[in-house]
Amino acid sequence: MEQVKNVNELALGIDIGSTTAKIVLIDKDNNILFEKYERHFSQVREKILEILKDTQNLLSVKSFFVSISGSAGLGLANALNIPFVQEVYATGEVVKLLQPDTGTVIELGGEDAKIIFLRGGLDERMNGSCAGGTGAFIDQMATLLNVTNDEMDSLSLNYTKIYPIASRCGVFAKTDIQPLLNQGAKKEDISASIYQAVVNQTIAGLAQGRKIEGKVMFLGGPLYYCKGLRARFEKTLGLDENTSVCPEYARFAVALGAGLYAKKAGKTYTYESIIKGIETAPITRQSTSLEPLFENKKDYQVFLERHNQANVKILDISQYQGRAYLGIDCGSTTTKLALVTDDMDIIYTYYSSNEGNPVEVVKNQLLKIYQLCGDRIKICGSAVTGYGEELIKNAFHIDKGIVETIAHYTAAKYFKPNVDFILDIGGQDIKCFKIRNGAIDSIMLNEACSSGCGSFIETFARSMGYEIKDFAEKGIFAKEPVNLGSRCTVFMNSSVKQSQKDGATVGDISAGLSVSIVKNAIYKVIRAVSADELGENIVVQGGTFLNNAVLRAFERELGKNVIRPSIAGLMGAYGAALNSMCYTSSSIITEENLKKFTHTSKITVCKGCTNNCRLTINTFSDGKKYISGNQCEKGLGLKGVTKHLPNLHEFKRGILYNLPQNEGRRGKIGLPMALGMYELAPLWHGIFESLGFQVVTSGPSSKSLYEKGQFSIPSDTACYPAKIMHGHIVELAEQGITNIFYPCLSYNIDEKSGDNHYNCPVVAYYSELLMGNMEQLKNINFIYPYLNINNEKELVKGLLTALKDKFNITKKEVEKAVKCGLKAYSEYMDKVRNEGEKAIEFARKNKKRIMILAGRPYHIDKEIGHGIAQLATSLDFVVVSEDSVCHLENPVKVNVLNQWTYHARLYRAASYAATHEDTELVQLVSFGCGVDAITTDEAREILEKNNKFYTQIKIDEITNLGAVKIRLRSLLGALEERGEL
Amino acid sequence: MKGEYIEFTKDMIKDYTILIPTMLPIHFKLVTRVLSNYGYKTEILDTSGKQVVDTGLKYVHNDTCYPAILVIGQLINALQSGKYNINKIALMLFQTGGGCRASNYISLLRKALKKAGLGHIPVISFGIAGIEKHSGMKLTAPRLIKMIQGVLYGDLLMSLVNQVKPYEKNKGEAVALSEKWMHSLEIELARLHISKRKVLENYRQIIKEFGEIPYEKKDKIKVGIVGEIFVKYSPLGNNNLEEFLYNEGAEVVVPGLLDFLLYCIYNPILDAKLYGINKGISYAYKAVLNVLLKKQQQIIDAINAHGRFMPPTPFMTTVSLVKGYIGIGTKMGEGWLLTAEMLELAHQGVENIICTQPFGCLPNHICGKGMMKPIKEKNKNVNIVAIDYDAGATQVNQENRIKLMLANAIEKQ
Repeated sequence: MEQVKNVNELALGIDIGSTTAKIVLIDKDNNILFEKYERHFSQVREKILEILKDTQNLLSVKSFFVSISGSAGLGLANALNIPFVQEVYATGEVVKLLQPDTGTVIELGGEDAKIIFLRGGLDERMNGSCAGGTGAFIDQMATLLNVTNDEMDSLSLNYTKIYPIASRCGVFAKTDIQPLLNQGAKKEDISASIYQAVVNQTIAGLAQGRKIEGKVMFLGGPLYYCKGLRARFEKTLGLDENTSVCPEYARFAVALGAGLYAKKAGKTYTYESIIKGIETAPITRQSTSLEPLFENKKDYQVFLERHNQANVKILDISQYQGRAYLGIDCGSTTTKLALVTDDMDIIYTYYSSNEGNPVEVVKNQLLKIYQLCGDRIKICGSAVTGYGEELIKNAFHIDKGIVETIAHYTAAKYFKPNVDFILDIGGQDIKCFKIRNGAIDSIMLNEACSSGCGSFIETFARSMGYEIKDFAEKGIFAKEPVNLGSRCTVFMNSSVKQSQKDGATVGDISAGLSVSIVKNAIYKVIRAVSADELGENIVVQGGTFLNNAVLRAFERELGKNVIRPSIAGLMGAYGAALNSMCYTSSSIITEENLKKFTHTSKITVCKGCTNNCRLTINTFSDGKKYISGNQCEKGLGLKGVTKHLPNLHEFKRGILYNLPQNEGRRGKIGLPMALGMYELAPLWHGIFESLGFQVVTSGPSSKSLYEKGQFSIPSDTACYPAKIMHGHIVELAEQGITNIFYPCLSYNIDEKSGDNHYNCPVVAYYSELLMGNMEQLKNINFIYPYLNINNEKELVKGLLTALKDKFNITKKEVEKAVKCGLKAYSEYMDKVRNEGEKAIEFARKNKKRIMILAGRPYHIDKEIGHGIAQLATSLDFVVVSEDSVCHLENPVKVNVLNQWTYHARLYRAASYAATHEDTELVQLVSFGCGVDAITTDEAREILEKNNKFYTQIKIDEITNLGAVKIRLRSLLGALEERGEL
Repeated sequence: MKGEYIEFTKDMIKDYTILIPTMLPIHFKLVTRVLSNYGYKTEILDTSGKQVVDTGLKYVHNDTCYPAILVIGQLINALQSGKYNINKIALMLFQTGGGCRASNYISLLRKALKKAGLGHIPVISFGIAGIEKHSGMKLTAPRLIKMIQGVLYGDLLMSLVNQVKPYEKNKGEAVALSEKWMHSLEIELARLHISKRKVLENYRQIIKEFGEIPYEKKDKIKVGIVGEIFVKYSPLGNNNLEEFLYNEGAEVVVPGLLDFLLYCIYNPILDAKLYGINKGISYAYKAVLNVLLKKQQQIIDAINAHGRFMPPTPFMTTVSLVKGYIGIGTKMGEGWLLTAEMLELAHQGVENIICTQPFGCLPNHICGKGMMKPIKEKNKNVNIVAIDYDAGATQVNQENRIKLMLANAIEKQ
């Protein structure tokens, strides 16, 4: 090894990230003498020591400079009194020195994403506290696809099409990917789509409107290793080999920067002092710890014995003779099967990951079952439940498909006939439901932001190098479980990061995660205040509860014992099997046909309407087809819907999207059809038409329209209806419209039904944000005056001030126009109310259930509402909107300030549903809507006081109608069990 | 508000303790001191920690803004601690009005109390618009004037401590001096009558004494904090942000509470102007505004007369700063004031700004995060970082982002 003379010129840069440790040693000319990049599996100190041992030869003699960087490096730096440098800053140092012609740096790490703009004012940006799209996210997705990161990379290079995958947060992306997997989309395409999601996230979340220009340098492990990911970036940003750079030191850039910084900081250390320092540094824990899950081994034994009592008799299939019933639970990540006898004993079970191809899994299982059954056992009934219900049902001619909730209830009843509360934590959902008088009384599913809990713990275990079983085991006797809080899993990631920094053991983290999942379920999904609220006889199930640490944490949190059936992971399949016991002979595919069974899937675009849904067509060997992925009822496998039921959302769209665009003497004015425009378009249209403008509305919204504007969104946690506004402005600008109007309205229409009549801050003032952030508006006459729409005189005054100079408009003209506009608005509202009454009348005459699909006026936008209204009509509901029925009910007194116009309507609509047997209310809530955090509880109370179901659907960019369908079908199932109508 | 509520009656004054959650330690002590003079027993809660957050999460919808979770968590946690006789206790919460969901804190607190089985406890809403009536809590003019005087003193002390503390030769002198003054100001505020001359004399004396603290001339990075009112000020809400910045070697600049009061008074005046509503009352607000503007000017004059410290910007100047950025009709939450404060800092040469908000804060989408781009475009040297606060967000992430800003600022120096 080369002997370095002037050792004081050596500098050691250490970068400790969330998942990896990087060490670089440089000489006085910044040549790299040593470099290493390894995953640390949260054993930070050990890993650093291990790597440092390799440098002993180079460092053993004299002193050298040292600096530490990285999100998990701060604690160590403080303990050792070594200079710490912020990682983005370190990266900037490197690039400025080694590649000064770089325009922009994009760096992805384990849990961080960063962009550094080097031109036109240095600017460095990191991802916020709510952002996926990072290395850990890619890891998680690879696990989901059951491929290694390398395999995913090579797969992605052979893609043929890109699917839209929500890019905001890993959990949402997962919800998008799962149905694709279940529908049999190709892994090549999914891999590339995942990378594209990361690209979109980086650009939308970080660049936030600032152009990515010049030479772009890609840094960090994921970008270094994944060629496919770089390819997506290059494609999206329009880069070629000259403008896209990924240097050899891409993985070490931060460590290298730390080395450079070490020289600046000028503090020297010896090898021995560093090693000794790391070995003896006191471990200071900032994060608080929880009580251990078990006091001692005996405690654990007692616990195990108690739970072992809840079991089903399991018979040897080779000894059984007679009838059998098959239940299949094709879940989001796993497939489960159960074969039961006439006595409800189990003779065969299966539980495994569906490896992204549930059809193949089920086929192989059926073959195996037929083999085991021989001539002795006859399958007399079969039922399937879960995400892949329709697919499996069609592929194998299963007798019936049932909603998951019903399947689970059936199974739970077997273990506890008087069960009144069931909690199921599966791969990526938390489901729970209360049972009252033998019927499902209320159903709660986790919101998009906290889903994925079960698979989260599994992915975490794997990322730390453990199998889930061993990981759980470690948690059982952990001494100081880490307190990780009770929020979305993305946040938990960073809590874990903090605890790792503080030296928590794997067991402490495992136990802490178990407690978090439980808290999430109780306080976030169920939103219970006390254990008594849940019920007396609680059954818990789902694969996640097979983890004893989770089970114990749950009992601890509730302060009472619960029942966990021995087949906790198979309850859906078992329930399905029990449900199929009503059959005497089954239509299930015969052994002969099964042997010949093949399955192909093809992806195409539906030409049925202008929606252009992407369809996955599954073709089976018997020629039968199953189509999924479209927004209308047909593709979702719902048959027999030929009549067209009233749908107020469609009715309103029909009017708003067809406002006349007559040419006018004053030219064109554009109205962006988003946010408050969905309420007031008739008003503004009427006014501007009367003033002699040709009124052009934008839209309808679509994903691609959203993407057009997404780069100018400054706050990525705003609601989707707001963010989509940017796309509408771009569209109007692209049409060459030079006047755009979207006013600021602190106050909405006063319908005299609350304490006040505000708009929410976002609806009220979004124009201010648009003006400040959209380059397009700089060359456009963007008109956004503050107006009072409740006072004709004031409205005239405000509009006149805003318009008179530019357009040479007189007061008289405005007065007339305002009269026209107000008239048009009130005519529109009359039509809506009329149609609402008509729809209700139709429903009563034809004995249909009525669904008030309640939200804001802009929720009728198909891109925002994801076609939920059609889904509801396909389930035989007559769909009305909140503003079409609220006039039928008096204003409601609520516990909170009833001060927003839209919400006052919601409360009235809820009150209508509460007092009418045949009417249900389903509330659409946009993710990130702060106001709805307040209104949802009130709407629930209004309904539940009257013994009615409250159903809430949270919507965002995600388009997973499957989950919504389960929810609405469960509601329907629950209603049917109650026997109403 | 039309809902029914438990009244805080006259009889309760003598033996009920009123619990008040902290927001600004100095100000709140001075302001509540005024109440004590009228026979009220008050106690300011300064509890913190996991317990507070957990209690909040338990009783408040988890998607509600973080300040509500904290404040309500703090109050209920105190009530459940066993330290108080829950039949002799009342709660007081400062409440703003308007289209932001924050106007629902009182309702959310009452709901949470009901859930916790504490629904019998009276809650006094303390707001500028005075939303409710309680026979036991009348905000008479003399009381209000004294409280506002407390706010003025609070702003002055806070600003001086911030300007002196990073440079003092002997650690702790600035804070000790502030405490000394709080003590004597409390006694003064207890008097029935406050002499105007005495107030001016106090200003002069306070500024003079802070000026006498031995200090070193050092170049420190100035970091301004703006944002949603609670997380901007409350150490509980922002994980001790000021202390963190101080330890990182920065000088912290925090705009005073008076600005927010003035903003709340100014908004109804604008309502009359923009929408033609409540024209009558707006004259009263104008009168109050003018009085307060004068009081603010007195402090500015006193600071300028001394010459060393940076005075607050006159409110009407602050208002004018937002022209070309955001309309002053943006009045929900902190509204245009937030934008104005960022610009005010920029004009004062404070080029590093932290914009704090609860995760998902609706008004801040517009007037905080939404205004960063235009502000940076027109003020090239300004560096703004938005930090979200939330029950789930970890300090590591927040501090990391702030450190990045500081690292850049050091380089620029």
